[in-house]
Amino acid sequence: MQKYEFERGLAQKIASKIAELIKDEELTIMHVCGTHEVSIARYGLRHLLPKNLHVIMGPGCPVCITPQSEVDASIKLAEDGVTITTFGDLLKVPGRNTSLADVEGDVRMVQSIDKAVEIAEKVKNDVVFFAVGFETTAPSTAALLKRGAPENFFIIPSHRYIPPAMRWLLSQGDANIDGFILPGHVSTIIGVRPYREFSVPQVIAGFEPLDILYGLYMLVKQIKEGRCEVENAYTRAVREEGNPVAQKIMNEVFYPIDSEWRGFPLIEKSRMALREEYERFDALEHFQIKLESVKKETGCICEKVLRGLAVPDDCKLFAKKCTPQHPVGPCMVSFEGACRIWFKYGERIRE
Amino acid sequence: MCLAIPAKIVEIEGKDAVVDYGELKQKIRLDLLEDVKIGDYVLVHVGYAIQKLDEEEAKETLRILEELASLEE
Repeated sequence: MQKYEFERGLAQKIASKIAELIKDEELTIMHVCGTHEVSIARYGLRHLLPKNLHVIMGPGCPVCITPQSEVDASIKLAEDGVTITTFGDLLKVPGRNTSLADVEGDVRMVQSIDKAVEIAEKVKNDVVFFAVGFETTAPSTAALLKRGAPENFFIIPSHRYIPPAMRWLLSQGDANIDGFILPGHVSTIIGVRPYREFSVPQVIAGFEPLDILYGLYMLVKQIKEGRCEVENAYTRAVREEGNPVAQKIMNEVFYPIDSEWRGFPLIEKSRMALREEYERFDALEHFQIKLESVKKETGCICEKVLRGLAVPDDCKLFAKKCTPQHPVGPCMVSFEGACRIWFKYGERIRE
Repeated sequence: MCLAIPAKIVEIEGKDAVVDYGELKQKIRLDLLEDVKIGDYVLVHVGYAIQKLDEEEAKETLRILEELASLEE
């Protein structure tokens, strides 16, 4: 398979084509994917692009948007002696008082839900998989539950859908978004169609630096030509219809319910709840855990960062009181959180 | 978290498969795809193949990029 190595020469040429297109206009483009932000910061793409093209990150980090109430539910279960398994990124995310990393209990990092089930097969006590992630990740959870799991295995169903968050952002209009770079791997699953309801220019992009620049080029061109479409710059992995097998499995196991996101109020039909046949896997039901949101003032502006209203170095705590070793907010915890990425790669816009 | 890595399918047994990333091999699941063959390139995410990669499309995108870069104003 042809590799999309970072070819600086080609990248610079594409960036200069973008500059030719945009001229003096100020444009703000939002992407909704932590993996995109990693590539943008790691390869210094903002420095290649014209200064009047503002590329901002929206709610694209699934760990960051998992609300404190769901993190607290996992902490409570760990304290009660349940084995908690989850992706490593989630361990240090602050709940109300502590995090999974600091709790007294059996908390284990896994790389897939299958590994969590392997643990459940070996131990006698109850095992809960804290299932976070967008449409990219949810089909694996659904496939596993359909295959069946031991009686001591449960999940906290925290998977979420991306389009409802975009709908919410567009209904607010406060981020002044001229266009969206759409998440390549969410789109691998859901395809092109779900985005067509949004009357805003959109381009699906892949994750190599050239993929992102190509996506930005197509998007700026679309905006300048006054079109409003969903275009695909990641055709090697994204088909019009997405992945129908994955969609079917996901829809057989989950259905959408209204839900809170960290940084957002209730977003309609945005969380994946378990359908009746799979309800027995729901850890919140089985262990009778009530989700409770508590407002805590820390000075952290993650909520604004997640909505695209601020960038990490707008925050007074960034790289001072809030670091990856001592994160105040979730965006500094996850490898895909905007603050963590900016900290790691020294990305800054403000002096 | 939506990181998905391209890999080549080298073994298949039912819905279990082994992929090769170049220097590393890994067991993965094929529940989310149909008609996967040995030699196919797939995107792997949290231990599951989520899509087949289209080599022709990959080449086409690179061709477009090179053409775009060579265009004079």
